[in-house]
This record gives sequence, C-alpha cells and structure tokens, in this order.
Amino acid sequence: MINMKEKEPENKENKKNKLTRRNFLKAAAAASALVTLGACSKTSMEEFLQGHFKTLTKKDLKRVLERLEAEYSKKYGKKFSVSAKPPIDGTEFGYALDISRCIGCRRCVYGCADENNQSRDPQIHWIQVLEMEKEKGIDFVHSNLYYNHDQVPFEGHFYLPVACQQCKNPPCVRVCPVEATWQERDGIVVVDYNWCIGCRCCMAACPYGARHFNWGEPTIPAEKVNPKTHFLGNRPRMKGVVEKCTFCIQRVREGLYPKCVEVCPVGARKFGNLLDPESEIRYILENKRVLVLKEELNTQPKFFYFFAT
Amino acid sequence: MRKHIFKCVILTLGIAAILGISFVYPENQGSEPVKEENKSSENTTTDIQVPPPPFSEDIFPCSECHGDMELNTQRRELDAHEDIVLKHDEENRWCLDCHDAKNRDMLHLADGRLVDFRESYKLCGQCHGPKLRDWRKGVHGRRTGSWNGQKKYLLCAHCHNPHSPRFKKIKPEPPPVKPGSLR
Repeated sequence: MINMKEKEPENKENKKNKLTRRNFLKAAAAASALVTLGACSKTSMEEFLQGHFKTLTKKDLKRVLERLEAEYSKKYGKKFSVSAKPPIDGTEFGYALDISRCIGCRRCVYGCADENNQSRDPQIHWIQVLEMEKEKGIDFVHSNLYYNHDQVPFEGHFYLPVACQQCKNPPCVRVCPVEATWQERDGIVVVDYNWCIGCRCCMAACPYGARHFNWGEPTIPAEKVNPKTHFLGNRPRMKGVVEKCTFCIQRVREGLYPKCVEVCPVGARKFGNLLDPESEIRYILENKRVLVLKEELNTQPKFFYFFAT
Repeated sequence: MRKHIFKCVILTLGIAAILGISFVYPENQGSEPVKEENKSSENTTTDIQVPPPPFSEDIFPCSECHGDMELNTQRRELDAHEDIVLKHDEENRWCLDCHDAKNRDMLHLADGRLVDFRESYKLCGQCHGPKLRDWRKGVHGRRTGSWNGQKKYLLCAHCHNPHSPRFKKIKPEPPPVKPGSLR
C-alpha cells in the first residue's frame, strides 16, 4: 500500500506533463462542457443537473420545488404551488366505473384536462371514451373514439372510458430504461418528467393506450392553467416527455376525490381505498359483478368496471 | 461531573415534556367530539346530510296555496302545475300517492308515515330498495368531497326529476382531435 501511494504522484505527474491524445481529448471535452453549461441560464443548468426524484434529499427537493414554482408562476402569471406530498400510510387506491351508467358525455375527459394541465394544442386527453355496440359487447377493434352525436347515449351503443388502469403489475414501469416511471406505495404509477428521456418504450408496453407523448411544446391558456400541482402529477410538462393519469395525485393525497369522479353527471365513477373494508370501492368489489380490461395479460389493473344494474 | 448534571437535567426536562404532552393531548383532540356531534345532529334532523331539496322557485311551502284550498282526492287532470308531466308509473299513481293530502308540506310513505322533503330518499327507497342500499353505501349517485372523510351526498331528486326520473339525453363534449390533424 505504502509503495503504491508513493508511486502514484510520480505517475500522475508524468501523465500530466505529457500531451497525449487521450489527455488532449479529455481537456477538450471538459472545456466544451464548461462552455455549454456556462452558456445555459442558471435555471436550465439546475434542471440539467437535477437528480432523480427518488434520490433527491429533502433539501434538494425543496430547492427543486421552489425553482419550479417560480418558473411556472412566471410563465403563467399566477401563483403556483408544486407539492411532493408522499403517499398516505395504509392506502392503496382503486377505481371503479359503472358501465351501465356511463352515457358517453365526455365531461370527465375535459374535466381531467383542466385539472391536470393537459396540453390543449397539440391536444392530449388522458381519458378516452370508447363507444361500442351493445350487440358486440366489449370489442376494442370496432370501438369508436371519435363519435360525434348531437345527443348521447346513442341508440344501441354503450360507452367505455379508458385511462391509466394503475396496474399492480405495470408493464410500462418494467420497460423504462431510465426508471423515470415507477409505482408509488399507494399504488399510483407516476412519471418524473425531468428524468423521462422520451423513448416511448412505456407507451409501446402499455396495453391500454393510456400513456401520451408531448410531440410538441405543450400549450395551456394562462387563464385555464391549474396552479395547484404535484411534482409527480399535474405540473406543467415539457416537449418530449410521456404523461398519464395519476388518479389526480394532487387531489387524492389531500383526501379529495379525483376530478373525473366529481364531474361525472351520472355518478358512474367511484374511487376509494382498497385497504379500507368500509370504502365504496370495497363494497363494489364484494357485491357487484366487476371486470378488468385484458385480464389475460396479468397486468392486474386497479381500475375495475362494473354493472350496478 | 458537570456533564453528568447537565445530562440529568436534560433527561428530566425531556420526561417532563413527554408527560406534559400526554396530559394536555386528550383535551386537544378537538376533531373527534365534533364528529360525534355531527352524527347526533344528523340523527335528529335527517339520516344523511344532504343539500336542501331542489324545489322550483317560489313553490315551497306548498301549504301557502293549498292551505286555503278545498281538498279533492279525486284523480284528475290538474288545472295547475302544468310544467309537471308525470312519467313515473303514471298508470298506477298520481300526486297524492307521494304528496300528503293533509299536511301539504310533507310527503308520506305507503304506510302513511310522514316524511320530510329532506328525507325523500326514504320514499323513493320503498320501490327502489337496492338503489337506496347502494346510495347509502356511496355506490349509487354522485359523491363529492373527501374519499376518506366527509362525503357530500345528493338527494335522488337532485339528479332525477321525481315526476319523470329517467335521465334525458345530453349533448356530448366534442370528440378528440384525430392524430392525423395534430400539428
């Protein structure tokens, strides 16, 4: 050991003094990196150096949240809050949708877009309402996302709204090469938009088409933007990242119902804690006929469909 | 030695603080008793907290007009209330099957017991039992508020017109933009 230590400085000095190809390239790379970073604004440099959400210390996280709040407040001209509230102990969220009630009015689609700051142009919708023929039953191949009737429900048809199924065994999480998406303790699958590299592997892996990509710079009119946000949920996104339903993480971790539950005019949408035997969701699972989509894929969705009548 | 004394002092202070907290804490549990109070008040007025019934403007109390009228229990076409079209088992029922003839500001159950308009779900539940059961559990009807706390209920009549309860068709929001036309 002692010998090595003594030798090291000698070696280093030798190497330093020699202008080898390797040393030259190293220095050139370092210099160019410095120049590039120096040219960036302070904010974008901080953003560039920001760690993965799960590796941030409390202090770092606070700094990041403050930076984002300032950035969004400036961009949209209103006071933003960006929370990073952790899961509530003893909760695992579940959702149930009454297919016999849904009338396909799409109130949930637009309520969700408003609450969760989805880009208006290019348009992103986390909820997609599929119109299906009663005669054919649940049949994705012949379903219609773009129905445009004067009035709904349309004769002979029923409606199947689809968003993220919050799988217990989520294929999207497994395929992410950078672990930018993961499942939280309360079962919500979230995305760290700053960590997402936009490869869209998760979109290919999701059997429900529930993930959406920001092909262009998202635009939201300032008067429409919702300033109450969560880091892993509805904070404004950037071009080139994937986003999805988070059960309104900014609401449910505060004890509120997701927005879609509250705006549904027929009360078809139900939400609650799967670990609470007294919850609505448990009553549905225990007393109604429920189904999950594409059960054979073993994704184990926590989004259930049921027939109350 | 000094260090030891210092430690002892801190220890005793700490114990005192913990004891103090445990003594004070029971008095500070303000939220629990409030909940209880809410429950008991619910039991006296209505079973479940609901917003006021959705009366048409200037129609309640009914006794304001009906108080002076002569009682006619004969089933007939009315000269008043033209806006009401009964489409709710109309072959077998009419006004006084739900509205009480003697006490105009109340409804009545099949056995004659009077029911306040704020508890009209009890009346509806006579025929729609399974729906009432689901509604009580929070499974039928729209819930707002808090999934782990106070839930806001609505009366049946807030969503269903009691005289014609089937939902009317509505205009849907516009379809999404097709990917081809996205910029």
